[in-house]
Amino acid sequence: MLKIEAVLQPSKLDAVKDALLEAGIEGMTILEARGHGRQKGHTEFYRGREYTVDLLPKVKIELVLHDELKEKAIQAIIGAARTGRIGDGKIFVSRVDEAIRIRNDERGETAL
Amino acid sequence: MPRRTVRLSLLPALIAFPALALAQSTAATPAAQAPVTQAQIAALQQAVQNAQASGDNAWMLVSAALVLLMTGPGLALFYGGLVRKKNILGTMMQSFAMIGLVTVIWAVCGYSLAFGHGNAFIGGFEHLFLRGVGLTPNTDYAATIPEQTYMIYQLMFAIITPALITGAFAERMKFSAMALYLSLWSIFVYCPMAHMVWGVGGLLNATGGHIPSLDFAGGTVVHVTSGVSALVTCIYLGKRIGYPQTNMPPHSMVLSFIGACLLWVGWFGFNAGSALAASPLATSAFVNTHFAAAAAAVGWTIFEWFHNGKPTALGAISGAVAGLVAITPASGFVQPFPALLIGIIAGFFCSFMVFKVKSMFRYDDSLDAFGVHGAGGTLGALLTGLFATRAINAIYGKGVPTGAIDGHWGQVLNQLGGVAVAWSISIVGTLVLLFVVDRIIGLRVSPEHESAGLDLSQHGEEGYDLNS
Repeated sequence: MLKIEAVLQPSKLDAVKDALLEAGIEGMTILEARGHGRQKGHTEFYRGREYTVDLLPKVKIELVLHDELKEKAIQAIIGAARTGRIGDGKIFVSRVDEAIRIRNDERGETAL
Repeated sequence: MPRRTVRLSLLPALIAFPALALAQSTAATPAAQAPVTQAQIAALQQAVQNAQASGDNAWMLVSAALVLLMTGPGLALFYGGLVRKKNILGTMMQSFAMIGLVTVIWAVCGYSLAFGHGNAFIGGFEHLFLRGVGLTPNTDYAATIPEQTYMIYQLMFAIITPALITGAFAERMKFSAMALYLSLWSIFVYCPMAHMVWGVGGLLNATGGHIPSLDFAGGTVVHVTSGVSALVTCIYLGKRIGYPQTNMPPHSMVLSFIGACLLWVGWFGFNAGSALAASPLATSAFVNTHFAAAAAAVGWTIFEWFHNGKPTALGAISGAVAGLVAITPASGFVQPFPALLIGIIAGFFCSFMVFKVKSMFRYDDSLDAFGVHGAGGTLGALLTGLFATRAINAIYGKGVPTGAIDGHWGQVLNQLGGVAVAWSISIVGTLVLLFVVDRIIGLRVSPEHESAGLDLSQHGEEGYDLNS
């Protein structure tokens, strides 16, 4: 079982969600986040003072899925989210030790 | 109902009068007709007077409501949006507390001290607990409206003045200390200043004062006093923790925008209502108010566009407020185009004060109470001396020059005198009160409370609980 975490531009959320559903991946958790990579922030002006804002709004999608679906999911995300510009985001993949369905105590890959 | 009765009673009189006149020429006994006609004229005159008085009272009651609207929610929203989210309720509570506290103080002794008979500096105690303040006019102040209308109208000014000061010490004063400090301020600074400018026998009263200064709606009484007190308070209290390195942008420009627009509309009651009648002078003040606000918004925006590269919403609304402040003393004395000019000058001057002077001297006037109200009020008071004309308001008598453009350059000196008195009483009064309140209960919140925010630390509440 793998966990895929993708940090994305908020404007790409709908496209990525649709792409994942089309790829047959149905379970996901979506979080609102703030952050930045090498992307510079923007400046705002209030009463003549300049403020540098470097905590930019982001969206994070978390997926836990079967090992076989890993490349499909990654390609779906990249296909929908890539613009070629700085700020497109990142994908992280990690191992998951256990998955449990709360409703009926199912464990392992069948719980996904 | 009484209004309709007056209107209807005019109608038969208007019809009967010419009929009677005709009758007189053919009647056998003219002497018997004359007393009836006299009574008719007297009734007509009374009816006209009643109509005017009822128009005046209606406008004044609406104006009083408009001025209250300026504090709640106008100022509450304007200031509230400008602070950080954790302080929104604390900030709004400061304005709201003034509505409650100053009303009580005004009823008990405030009105008496400001508008009672006393000396050149302060009124007296003749109207303690509003004794003698009934529904008949007080001809010292406004001959066509009940004195209670005048009293309640003036109360709304007394409320907003200390509320304005809260902008300077936003996000760092204890609620208890603020309540005590501003309650005392309204008695010891506002009441004397109001008396000096508007009260019978006041030092700065345009009619009969030693230094007749022109302050139509409270440029010195409200804005200079609150603005200068704000400066003194923010310096005494010190900067917010993390200022100026930490970003502290407004948490909701939306709220501030709404607040500013409410202030603009409410200001029509503030300025045009100061005519104390539904008169052409009120129209003049109304027009001037609007022109100055709009011109100043444009002025500030242009300054900012050049200075920072983009016109901001905050700049535009701040400009409008600056224009409204500057026109306040001038509103019932100047013509429309000078009002536009006053607005533009205020837009540039106040933005300069906020952008440059504040960072130069590095005081944390959090919401620019001094930069907009103190500086704008001072500027407006001086420009009033320049542009006041008898063509709009012959306050010194028919044909007597009012301001510099009439030829009376001395008025500018008088205005300077009024401004000097306002600055002095504000600085001295504020320092004494701050010192006293600091000794009794301490003014500033603890660093932990400042970090947690006033909403939680002072009120045990959260302004926004969007997840509940």
